[in-house]
Amino acid sequence: MGSNMAECHPVGFQWVMEARLKGATVIHVDPRFTRTSANASFHVPIRAGSDIAFLGGIIHYICERDAIFRDYVVAYTNAATILQDDFKDTEDLDGLFSGWDPEKHSYDPGSWQYKDVEMHPSAGQREAPGPSAGADRFGGHGGLLAHGDPPHRDPTLQHPRCVYQILKRHYQRYTPELVEETCGVPRALFLKVAQALVDNSGPDRTSSFVYSVGWTQHTVGVQYIRTASIIQLLLGNIGRPGGGILALRGHASIQGSTDIPTLYDILPGYIPMPHAHEHPSLDEFVGRDAARTGGWGRMKPYLVSLLKAWWGEHARPDNDFAFSYLPRISGDHSAYQSALDMLDGKVKGYFLFGENPAVGSANSRLHRMALAGLDWLVVRDLVEIESAAFWYASPEIESGELSTTDIKTEVFLLPAAAHTEKDGSFTNTQRLLQWHHAAIEPRGDARSDLWFTYHLGRIIREKLKGSAEPRDRPVLELTWDYPLKGEHGEPSAEAVLKEVNGVDAQGKPVSGFLELKDDGSTACGCWIYSGSFRDGVNQTARRKPGREQTWVAPEWGWAWPANRRLLYNRASADPQGRPWSERKRYVFWDEEKRRWTGEDVPDFTPDKAPDYDPPEGATGDAALRGTSPFVMQADGQGWLVTPAGLKDGPLPTHYEPHESPVGNPLYGQQSNPTRQLYRRALNSYNENGAAERYPFVMTTYRLTEHHTAGGMSRFLPVLCELQPEMFCEVSPELARLRGLTNGGWATISSARAAIEARVLVTERVKPLTVRGRAIHQVGLPYHWGYRGISRGDAANDLFPLALDPNVHIQEVKAATCDIRPGRRRR
Amino acid sequence: MAVVSGPPPYPDTRVAQPRPGQAVGFFTDSSICIGCKACEVACKEWNHVPTDGFNFLGSSYDNTGELGANTWRHVTFAERPAAPGGGDGQMRWLMNSDVCKHCASAACLEVCPTGALMRTEFATVVVQEDVCNGCGYCVPACPFGVIDRREEDGRAFKCTLCYDRLKGGMQPACAQACPTQSIQFGPIEELRTRARRRLEQLRQEGRKEARLYGVDGSDNEVGGLHAFFLLMDEPGVYRLPTRPATTTRDLPAMWKAAAAAAGALAAGVLLAFAGKGR
Amino acid sequence: MANERLRSWPVVRQLTGADRLGLSSAVRSPRSDGLTPRTSEARVVKSICPFCAVGCGQRVYVKDGEIVQIEGDPDSPISRGRLCPKGAATRQLVSGPLREYRVRYRAPHSRAWRALPLEQAMDMIADRVISARNDHWEDRDSEGRLLNRTMAIGSLGGATLDNEENYLIKKLFSALGIVQVENQARI
Repeated sequence: MGSNMAECHPVGFQWVMEARLKGATVIHVDPRFTRTSANASFHVPIRAGSDIAFLGGIIHYICERDAIFRDYVVAYTNAATILQDDFKDTEDLDGLFSGWDPEKHSYDPGSWQYKDVEMHPSAGQREAPGPSAGADRFGGHGGLLAHGDPPHRDPTLQHPRCVYQILKRHYQRYTPELVEETCGVPRALFLKVAQALVDNSGPDRTSSFVYSVGWTQHTVGVQYIRTASIIQLLLGNIGRPGGGILALRGHASIQGSTDIPTLYDILPGYIPMPHAHEHPSLDEFVGRDAARTGGWGRMKPYLVSLLKAWWGEHARPDNDFAFSYLPRISGDHSAYQSALDMLDGKVKGYFLFGENPAVGSANSRLHRMALAGLDWLVVRDLVEIESAAFWYASPEIESGELSTTDIKTEVFLLPAAAHTEKDGSFTNTQRLLQWHHAAIEPRGDARSDLWFTYHLGRIIREKLKGSAEPRDRPVLELTWDYPLKGEHGEPSAEAVLKEVNGVDAQGKPVSGFLELKDDGSTACGCWIYSGSFRDGVNQTARRKPGREQTWVAPEWGWAWPANRRLLYNRASADPQGRPWSERKRYVFWDEEKRRWTGEDVPDFTPDKAPDYDPPEGATGDAALRGTSPFVMQADGQGWLVTPAGLKDGPLPTHYEPHESPVGNPLYGQQSNPTRQLYRRALNSYNENGAAERYPFVMTTYRLTEHHTAGGMSRFLPVLCELQPEMFCEVSPELARLRGLTNGGWATISSARAAIEARVLVTERVKPLTVRGRAIHQVGLPYHWGYRGISRGDAANDLFPLALDPNVHIQEVKAATCDIRPGRRRR
Repeated sequence: MAVVSGPPPYPDTRVAQPRPGQAVGFFTDSSICIGCKACEVACKEWNHVPTDGFNFLGSSYDNTGELGANTWRHVTFAERPAAPGGGDGQMRWLMNSDVCKHCASAACLEVCPTGALMRTEFATVVVQEDVCNGCGYCVPACPFGVIDRREEDGRAFKCTLCYDRLKGGMQPACAQACPTQSIQFGPIEELRTRARRRLEQLRQEGRKEARLYGVDGSDNEVGGLHAFFLLMDEPGVYRLPTRPATTTRDLPAMWKAAAAAAGALAAGVLLAFAGKGR
Repeated sequence: MANERLRSWPVVRQLTGADRLGLSSAVRSPRSDGLTPRTSEARVVKSICPFCAVGCGQRVYVKDGEIVQIEGDPDSPISRGRLCPKGAATRQLVSGPLREYRVRYRAPHSRAWRALPLEQAMDMIADRVISARNDHWEDRDSEGRLLNRTMAIGSLGGATLDNEENYLIKKLFSALGIVQVENQARI
């Protein structure tokens, strides 16, 4: 669901095809019938933006039949935990949870907490926490776990305020009938999916979900994935071979760029960026943000080691390890907010590293206008992408809205080196780091981004040398000394990886994050990557052929953390530590050796016995039971209800997309109340009864033959001939309704913009019946722009900035539009 | 619900090593083709085949149209209603990677007056570009419309089954790239066995629409294909001729006459053959 | 004369030679005889596909300083030697005709790109970073709480960058007080 795997990850899809050939059932739930649908056992057409209703229906189906994997659910999830007395569900408040503040448009999540104990979100607070975040309620940290459990539990799952009963009640109205009405999925087809999942889960069998940006790019994107998590926990499909929720990420190292983030709200290894209002000192930061129990109990050694990696001898115990050198965040500083600030002239300079917002970001028109608001722009890319050429080639220049000579932006286009011209590691969608070796030297002025960043830093440091300004100390005292090689002075990528891996006081690479200390004796650039340079060997460059090792292939590349290939794999054994079944044997307890063992590196303290009972007052990992597989959670449990960490509620709830042709069938609350909106001229919305003007649902996607915003595909002749033009996909019914002809032109318009595209009329797109009404959908690949060999309008021009509140990701999988025959007006 | 068991039906074909003197070919199993076109790109990249134009055809996801001098692998897309009696009432999107069939009895080769077309030690049919003079006789001779002359160059081009790679012990580029092993390369006899086994499996699953195409001489008059297919519908759906026949069936007798005649006359006879084209 | 020509005509050679059925050795050209895969004498460099996140293994074949072929690495337990159309087109990505090899610079209000030496471009960029920081530095907020940052500079990218590159970007930019460091993972 939310993934078109055959088209977007074709080589990964070989495993799905192989499973299918061996008898597995493959179900594709998607608004369109794609190349994935064509190769699935069956396809379920669904209205874009209604997946939570569909998945909630499956939860209802499971609970109603009591089809849960009970032993797993009781032992490994928080199903038995009892919540606060004052928690109120969306069923009680017509689509809102308790804690809603209508003035601030946000929740106080305090009432979502467990009774008498405060849970911290597993990876800390990324931004300003909610108004009270439970602190007042519990007095600092509230109680700790007792024997590894929250204080109030009902293992019979009968207590009316236990998580399981709350969950059951929350989804009681998500019936097959409601699914049909909301999603346009016929009841029988829905039941076929639900039953298939239930039949294929249990001790002997596992099912998995695969998703991609078809789930994340919604105003409730995080909750889409949460809904799948609930299903998978109820059915016992997490931490077990053949199970899981597989996020298929879209770029070679997009996982890596989250782990070692070029993201504003986190530091390497998912440590939150310090917040101006909350974190004056290191200890307050760790105390406020890190859970005391579970794996995050060790945040301090990770953070201190990071500060040591960055500021070396200047990070000392007496200066809080230079914690004050880190810049502070004070709100949403995500890319969309930056673009709006560019429009307002607040951002002066901008760097684009292989990124093309003029085509690839939602409301791309707004981004092109924003680039024109900069003083200077540095574009590093292989080709002259649209974002580098906006000042003379954009549609806004063509239309006269912008004039080249009026645009003040200075633009530097610096040619980048390709992956074949530099050493380095990518982290793939399975958290696997794989090294690529330079094959040739880059030509001309082309350089790696490693080279660019290193030498930019070097030049700035030279220019600032001798400065007495306090603001220059962090950059002047930065550890910035890497061996250079070759005629260009390329920094050694292996030296950087070694710093990322971490070293001890003697400069010897540490073997893993458990060796990291909070006293300043270790330095480590990213604790979750610790071990990737174990024994001074680049583990990510390991290439023992797959056919010469076990099916888990542990000696190919290196997976974080600790080379574990399957996260939370303690759950592949039962509470006593035995495999749930011979067929699904993976990681288990060896009583003789008193250790966890199996096919993979156990994701568990290796010698923590299944019957381990935490002593009173224990913290960190020692506070978790021997039966708690989810070691990064404060209670070691899989969270069905999330007591902390989310801004839009503890349980996924069906909300309509921000722009939707239909009303919410479940609640008076139409859309996610906490969604992020930006009301301004360039970002107008279709709302409040304008349905007649934009009556159709539009959705964006990729094609196999192109890549994202086109910088890596529309400049390649061999790919352009396979998909040479921007097109839209419509059903024969919609074509008739609007007079569109196959192969002809259409203009698609939204409240933001109008674009043109060739028309592909296809039975693969079907109108869906939603509450008696035919809902038509328009499919739009988003690869095109105004540079390259194959050019066309950018689908992203049509979409608004309407974001998920947790992660600030835009809703481009469902919005509203109109479509008419003919080319757009010029 | 089907029970997952047993090994995958296909061995990992990338280990197949071509040996001279062994007849090799392709078995393309369209039932597992995902229409990604990796074969088209891998072919062009290895063989340095020029682009075939940038034309939006409005024909499902096919924008390269047909096999020709500049397209040696071509993925066809057919959007079809549910299979009669098969499937579960859902529409089907059929994909298949078409290629030169390397016919056992290859008309292109037989009509070639220069010897540019030859059968290799792998029993494949290739155009030798240093010999071809661009006469074009082969073009109408092909019952599948595969071989064609390159406009800017004049000579005839088509799939070589990566002759150079075969000679180096490598498998053809398309088969190596194919993500799902829809394109399988190997010794013809082994591929035939695999194809028949796969057909049997699909039949057992109730996929009555599955059929083999060109696996032997029974459905064609070209003596069987060295690149044969498993199809999920009529050949016409994949734009394949229903019963391909060698355009030079009567050739041996005519060759006798030709050999007895003067060269100029022979050329005239050949032109007559040419007229029998597609 | 006419007979000789006729005999050398490959068709006749086939019909009269020992190759009547095979139609093979009689017509082999020197090129066919000498044909070898162009990778046979190339250096092989192990790599990873730069497109999607599956992480397929690639073999990059280099001859005389040129990349002559990129194809799947059969050793990879992830991809088993296979590639999709984008992966199979990687050679065109890294050595395509539209790649940029020289710095281009567009001055404020200018209508055209112009050339700029790389060293000068780096120097100019460094100057701009320094002055944007100086002019728009935030030590503390209105309530006196530590900010230690500039909101006048931002960056976006790159999910196709190496981990090592992202690491240096985050490290340098954080030290410069730049918090608007973002990438595709958000988008």
